[in-house]
Amino acid sequence: MASITLRDVRKSYGNAHVIKGVDIDIQDGEFCVFVGPSGCGKSTLLRMIAGLEDITSGSLAIGDTVVNDLPPAQRGVAMVFQSYAIFPHMTVRENVAFGLTIAGASKAEKDAKVAEAARILQMEHLLDRRPSQLSGGQRQRVAIGRAIVRKPEVFLFDEPLSNLDAALRMDMRMEIGKLHQQLGATMIYVTHDQVEAMTLADKIVVLRDGKVMQIGAPMDLYHDPANLFVAGFLGAPSMNFIDVTVKAVNGNSALVFNDALDPVEVSARRGPFRVGDRAILGLRPQYLSIAEGPGKLHGTVALTERLGAETVVEVALRNGKAVIAALSHDAVYPIGSAVDLGFDPAQAHLFQPEE
Amino acid sequence: MASRFTVSNRTGWLMAGPAVLLIAGFVILPFLLAVGLSFTNQRLVSPNPTEFVGLANYNQLLDLALLTVEPLKDDAGQTVLKDGVPEYPPIRSLTRNNPDRPDLNGMREWFSFSSGGDARLVVLARDVVFMKAIVNTFTFVIVVAPVQAGLALCLALLINQRLKGINIFRAIYFMPVVVSIVVVSLLWRLIYDGQSGLLNNLLGTLSFGMIPPIDWLGNPSTALGSIIAMSIWQAVGFHMVIWLSGLQTISPTLYEAAAIEGASKWQVFRYITWPGLRNTAVLILIVITMQAFGLFAQIDVMTNGGPLDSTHTIVFQAIERGYGKQDISGGSTISVILFVIVLSISLIQRWLTREKS
Repeated sequence: MASITLRDVRKSYGNAHVIKGVDIDIQDGEFCVFVGPSGCGKSTLLRMIAGLEDITSGSLAIGDTVVNDLPPAQRGVAMVFQSYAIFPHMTVRENVAFGLTIAGASKAEKDAKVAEAARILQMEHLLDRRPSQLSGGQRQRVAIGRAIVRKPEVFLFDEPLSNLDAALRMDMRMEIGKLHQQLGATMIYVTHDQVEAMTLADKIVVLRDGKVMQIGAPMDLYHDPANLFVAGFLGAPSMNFIDVTVKAVNGNSALVFNDALDPVEVSARRGPFRVGDRAILGLRPQYLSIAEGPGKLHGTVALTERLGAETVVEVALRNGKAVIAALSHDAVYPIGSAVDLGFDPAQAHLFQPEE
Repeated sequence: MASRFTVSNRTGWLMAGPAVLLIAGFVILPFLLAVGLSFTNQRLVSPNPTEFVGLANYNQLLDLALLTVEPLKDDAGQTVLKDGVPEYPPIRSLTRNNPDRPDLNGMREWFSFSSGGDARLVVLARDVVFMKAIVNTFTFVIVVAPVQAGLALCLALLINQRLKGINIFRAIYFMPVVVSIVVVSLLWRLIYDGQSGLLNNLLGTLSFGMIPPIDWLGNPSTALGSIIAMSIWQAVGFHMVIWLSGLQTISPTLYEAAAIEGASKWQVFRYITWPGLRNTAVLILIVITMQAFGLFAQIDVMTNGGPLDSTHTIVFQAIERGYGKQDISGGSTISVILFVIVLSISLIQRWLTREKS
């Protein structure tokens, strides 16, 4: 069993605190994605799990064993690096077999395991080439191949697709997803790309400045973000935030408004909110629509981007702020024309303003 | 964008001019002169006209011959024994005015060995000192190249760590390189002194007087070794820095990948560090070899080729002949021979260490 448990894990370089107390539970066989902007500590956290960085305090357990002080090799993890870290002077075959060579495996065993890894990754024809003769995607396969021959319980991926071009990135993303289903191993995947996080993860950990912002299944995070940061980080185009004032509080809901927004009653469970408080209303562009009759938000069209199946409209609100609406049909809205936007209050999120 | 400087031919030549002139004057011209003079009898200062002598200079330096010498026989045809071993005629009697072998005239014994039976095989050289110089130089190169490269690599591995004050060690190891080899040689002459030298004092103290003082530079069996040891010490820091630069080009993630795969320290060196240093190793090997063939200053300051010619080297010979004996054609010939030796060895090294695809 290779569940992974982090308890109040911290990392400091002198006075610089990089990881500020992180608790994460990852189940056996789960695909967990650490996501966050650059500098949030996600790679550091992954390297701490791998054993490449010391843990300043807290405990890290793989399975039932606390591994804080074990060297990387004894943690039963394999890692795929952003720069692939494949050995330039070895052939693909030697690279993939490296872990077995180190462990002193017989040639027959190496051949069998390398052949199996090559079959899984569809790179049998590459085995006798040198890394310099491979494309980026092929190098990535070699790096993954080297990780899977050892049949580790935990795979760690450190931004594995960020050096690939967009088309290849999508292919490899799907392959990594398939690989996870095929191997059933626990995987931790670090990325700053929210699309990779949303599509691959069973569980997403959103990090910011060394702290966990929210942990949960991708759809839970998308539909029920715990705070402004998570709400703004996941989803593209990102969520509109509108400053509002609380007019009335009614149990679990609140009536909010501003100059451009007619009073609307939305869920207030990220509260508490009091009458007269300032608050922030989050509206995903996809859930905004052009109202036929009088809508809730009033403004004028500032910009239209027609993408064929989708039309992105930037609306300048009456109070000077702008919101973006992503409409799932092709339509023309002349710039400067007055529009009213409507939305389902159940899809709106009310947050407390950040200090 | 082509700037005015890159398209203007005249500016280009003006910029390159000083370097081209200096290289032509101090490298290319002397090289061509040396090749030319080696086929003449030119002397440094001489009233006589220069004559073309063909390969005579080369013949004078490199001529070797093999002579089988039978033991002396008495009138009865019995081998003459002296102290139980056969007695041989003096070599001089066979090389001088020998009507059977006029080609041996003027040659001297280099070394001899038994050929089984009583007869001895004697290798004769026209210039025994030059032969010794070649042997000494090769000995120097064969010892210095691997030992200096190996030590430098060990030092580089030691200082390639993130430790507090590691720069102090880097500076200490590099210091001898900055000091002129002449100064180093003078200092080491004191260290090696036969009476009260530092080395003898040290050995005597450490062994409680068991090791008697040795005249390191005055003894034919220790002189060359002493110079080798000092030369390795002096330049090891330079090669250490080159190794270090090679070590630092190896991507740290390769080491991390190896750590995750569980490689031991030796395996990391064997599979990652050493292959990553391949090009550096080729460079260092060739540089040390070429430098070692140029051995001169240490000899000139410390031993002057002695004792008993045991520290004569090719370059020392070239300079001693060319300027000491004013035989500039002989010195030139030695330079050309050295050039051919170094060139062929470098080419062989290049070929042996080529990228096998």
